[in-house]
Amino acid sequence: MELEQGSAFKTRDLVISIGPQHPATHGVLRLILELDGETVHKCTPHIGFLHRGTEKLHENLTYFSGLPLSDRLDYCSSMANNVGYVLSVERLFGIEAPLRAKYIRTIVSEMSRIASHIIWIATHALDLGAMTVFLYAMREREWLLDLFELVCGSRLTTTYPRIGGVRNDVSEEFLDSLYMFTEEFPKRVEEYETLIDQNRIWLLRTKGIGVISAEEAVNWGLTGPTLRGSGVAYDVRKYAPYDAYDLVDFEVPIGKVGDVYDRYRCRMEEFRQSNHIIRQCIEQMPKGPILLPDAPKIELPPKDKVTAEKGLLPLHMGLIRKGSIAPPDGEIYSAVEVPKGELGFYIVSDGTGKPYRLRLRAPSFVHASVLSRLSVGHLVADMIANIGTIDIVLGECDR
Amino acid sequence: MFSPELIGMCIKIIIILIKSLVLVGVVMLHVAYATYFERKVIGHMQVRLGPMRVGYHGLLQPVADMMKLLFKEDIIPSRADKPIFFSAPVISFVAVMTALSVIPFSDDFSIANINVGLLFILAMSSISAYGIIFAGIASDSKFAFLGSLRSAAQVLSYEVALGLSLVGVMMLAGSLNLREIVYAQSAYPFGMFIFPQILGFFVFLTAAFAETNRTPFDLPEAESELVAGYFTEYSGFRFALFYAAEYVAMIVMSSLGTICYLGGWTLPPFLTGMFPFLLKIPGVVWFALKIYGCIFIFYWIRATVPRYRYDQLMNIGWKILIPLSLLNILITGLLKIVGIL
Repeated sequence: MELEQGSAFKTRDLVISIGPQHPATHGVLRLILELDGETVHKCTPHIGFLHRGTEKLHENLTYFSGLPLSDRLDYCSSMANNVGYVLSVERLFGIEAPLRAKYIRTIVSEMSRIASHIIWIATHALDLGAMTVFLYAMREREWLLDLFELVCGSRLTTTYPRIGGVRNDVSEEFLDSLYMFTEEFPKRVEEYETLIDQNRIWLLRTKGIGVISAEEAVNWGLTGPTLRGSGVAYDVRKYAPYDAYDLVDFEVPIGKVGDVYDRYRCRMEEFRQSNHIIRQCIEQMPKGPILLPDAPKIELPPKDKVTAEKGLLPLHMGLIRKGSIAPPDGEIYSAVEVPKGELGFYIVSDGTGKPYRLRLRAPSFVHASVLSRLSVGHLVADMIANIGTIDIVLGECDR
Repeated sequence: MFSPELIGMCIKIIIILIKSLVLVGVVMLHVAYATYFERKVIGHMQVRLGPMRVGYHGLLQPVADMMKLLFKEDIIPSRADKPIFFSAPVISFVAVMTALSVIPFSDDFSIANINVGLLFILAMSSISAYGIIFAGIASDSKFAFLGSLRSAAQVLSYEVALGLSLVGVMMLAGSLNLREIVYAQSAYPFGMFIFPQILGFFVFLTAAFAETNRTPFDLPEAESELVAGYFTEYSGFRFALFYAAEYVAMIVMSSLGTICYLGGWTLPPFLTGMFPFLLKIPGVVWFALKIYGCIFIFYWIRATVPRYRYDQLMNIGWKILIPLSLLNILITGLLKIVGIL
């Protein structure tokens, strides 16, 4: 407090720096809060602590070897990012994956949506003090990660889809155990809901907090469940269907008020919708190839053939060094619906084997900016609820 | 030179000292194993096992924790107000330990049997809040500062509700002596005040959660927003003192609840009527069992509910609990005049 000229006391805001090392900022987000008592007057997010120069790295990597970088964007849902990347490269080349590959990609995208939303519900509930939900949710995520391991051998950084298809076919064992998961999972979602949705404290903490109207949400550039909570039914899977999304039946849940509770309801409903999509995909799964027949142009030739067949070895070496046979000149923007929102890849090609420029439209980056709008006027504790509700991952935000 | 009175007094003092040492030892052991109990209970509620590595089923985990805390580097913030910073955990811990001295653990064991035991416990639990406030102010950390401010407000509001809820018990027992309160309960159904004082018990329980900073009222140490609240800057043994103080406070509050509402060390008369051999088991066993029952409720709630927000906590304290406890006093008084109680 400082005494200024004039008769009345003037007070200063308490400036408090939350993060980058803080239990509730979901990674290395730093927030500068200006507080009056416990009321937030101003909230300034500072990002960039996890900046790895992903976009620049892409310029020096061939289209194929850029794929593992997309794992590291939103590490809670690497499959969905992989699909987004290969899809944009496929669109740049003007090719399309076979139907079976499309179904497999849809399955793994939705699996990673569930896995990512599980992280969200776990940390969101933990931030608001409900610690049991965290461990219940992790139990299901563990199941999903085991399934990922079954299909591609790794749990977190999958790098499973390939340009023009997927790396390897899924086994019957995988489909069976995934089907078992889809039978069991809706019950588990109900279990989370009994723990938090029917709890008065949870409702008190989430209803009417961080309200953002539909118009404002669109203007801020929000996407995904964060936007749909405000009642805008925008979903890339419906508006620009990719893979097998136009072949399955699903709904896009939307909220009404646009508060923390509505966004919570949206994501809980997405659990069920994703589950529904996976079931349909397993039931409709066609037989057939999983990689384009002429994929060697883009895809590395199979290892046993490289040494046996004439001409494949130089091609293999060329692919590694210079990149795939060049895509046409031009640029493309291609977006997919990842769990956090719309993940866009904007690729400029100059006709060589490497992108001239690759720009990422990361939903977390946009969502981190809206934090300053959501938190103002609320208490410090609500700020924590707001961080949870926008569901950001800093790997994607800082790139 | 040594008059018989002086020698008698010396013996009395020595006995009290020995009693205190025994009590401190036993309570500290229980505090250590209360942490183990908590981790096991919450672990099993959360479909996991809890501590399993140190000793059989992790039974030596509290010992390992204690060793770790004792040998840890004691970090003091360079801009901390050192005398206050050092004294804060001591104040917290000593205050709650002192409260233990008036608690009758059985018919014949209490260190001091004073006439205002109930008030003494309330006073001591208020003093322990000073430790929290001092810790927050002396740490020179904004997180600790916010945590201690929250705590000051919380203790102020809930102390009122806690005190008022116990007025009903005082009216029924006609005494502030904790032993008298236990004796007075034998005339009531099940030998407990909980049924005639059900409203008061509810208010007491809620306020006790707030007094001991437990979920859903653990705002001073809300780990998601304030890191660890008032003891963010504490480490090593000083941290352990705060931690122990919290658990002792839980034991004190459970003891208070047991004495005032659950019949202390006695058993319901119908039980002892059916099974007379139960009377041969020392009262302290029943007392401990009742305390652990209360502590279990603390843990159970922690595993179940989210945390309240600061303003919501204040609203509950002032707008719900205090009116309820006043209503309880009114009802108790009316029933007493009519002659039902």
